[in-house]
Amino acid sequence: MTITVDATPVLPAGTWTIDPVHSQVGFAVAYHVGTFRGSFSPLQAKLEVGEDGNAKLTGSVPASGVKVQDENLAAHLQSPDFFDAERTPEISFVSTAIRPSGEELEIDGELTIKGATLPVTARGKVGEQKQYMERPYFGLELQAAIDRTRFGLNWNNPLPNGDPALADEVAITAELFLTREAVR
Amino acid sequence: MKILAIAGSLRRESHNRALLLAAGELLPVEVDFELYEDLRSVPPYDQDDDLEPAPLAVMRLRAKIADADALLIATPEYNSSIPGQLKNALDWASRPLATSVLRNKPVAVIGASTGAFGAVWSQAELRKVLAATGARVLDVELAVGHATERFDELGRLGDTDLREQLHEVLDVLHIAVQPAETAAAA
Repeated sequence: MTITVDATPVLPAGTWTIDPVHSQVGFAVAYHVGTFRGSFSPLQAKLEVGEDGNAKLTGSVPASGVKVQDENLAAHLQSPDFFDAERTPEISFVSTAIRPSGEELEIDGELTIKGATLPVTARGKVGEQKQYMERPYFGLELQAAIDRTRFGLNWNNPLPNGDPALADEVAITAELFLTREAVR
Repeated sequence: MKILAIAGSLRRESHNRALLLAAGELLPVEVDFELYEDLRSVPPYDQDDDLEPAPLAVMRLRAKIADADALLIATPEYNSSIPGQLKNALDWASRPLATSVLRNKPVAVIGASTGAFGAVWSQAELRKVLAATGARVLDVELAVGHATERFDELGRLGDTDLREQLHEVLDVLHIAVQPAETAAAA
């Protein structure tokens, strides 16, 4: 087994797809006294990088693929109170501009949740490229923050002191494990 | 299209039952309208009894909800909220939450009361409860206040405005049971 390390160019050219087992999209939102986290699977994503460096990232998850630690809560999240998975089955992202800067990058794009499409900017880090059995890999970690109510996810419940139980701002993270066909 | 109508009051001469019957009269003949008459038989919710098979009245209620394309629920107002028997029946119907017959079910809430406000607080509470069960709660309201004066001797809704509002509620219910793409576009 050999692992070689490149001096990675920012976003190497090619059509990159994700390894779905090692990639994930998660969310975190302040709830009551702590932070509530969940994830979505299966994730589909593709990064296309031209020889000129122009790049486009697309991705989607099924709204019915929301994963939390209680099946009843997962059902509530899929209901019309939240994602309405029956009527709007897909959550998707399409980038409109990618600005790499060293190991870091900014991605502007359009995020569609519950049928509402809104601009969002994600920031993140490009991992170094590695090669295993002639197949290249690299990681991409992204973070973004959205206001869930702008997408129509308005559920809340006041606590006894009158404060809302669930915050409007939701942090989204994507950890992408990207690979492409072996270069012969 | 099949609508199951549920009155939150058990009383034989219930205004909410009358309101539902008035709604049934307004619907076109091709709509199958059934008034649920068995609310009294649903036992108090007890997790010890929440087994398979469920109690007979619960089984029947769940089957009727599953069979309906939409629900129309008319609630009175008891102490600013919904009657215990209605909440109890919804609690039974909502179990197990992840796969319950109420999930994604289009529901319109209406209400009548003898007071001036037509059970508006109770309707709000009912919408909250239904949303928590995963139902598709429609953004409609019909508040029939002073209910003792609203129905004629044949049980018909006398007021033209109220009849028109009830029509609108039924239209929204009709749109909501269309296939997802059509409803989303409407």
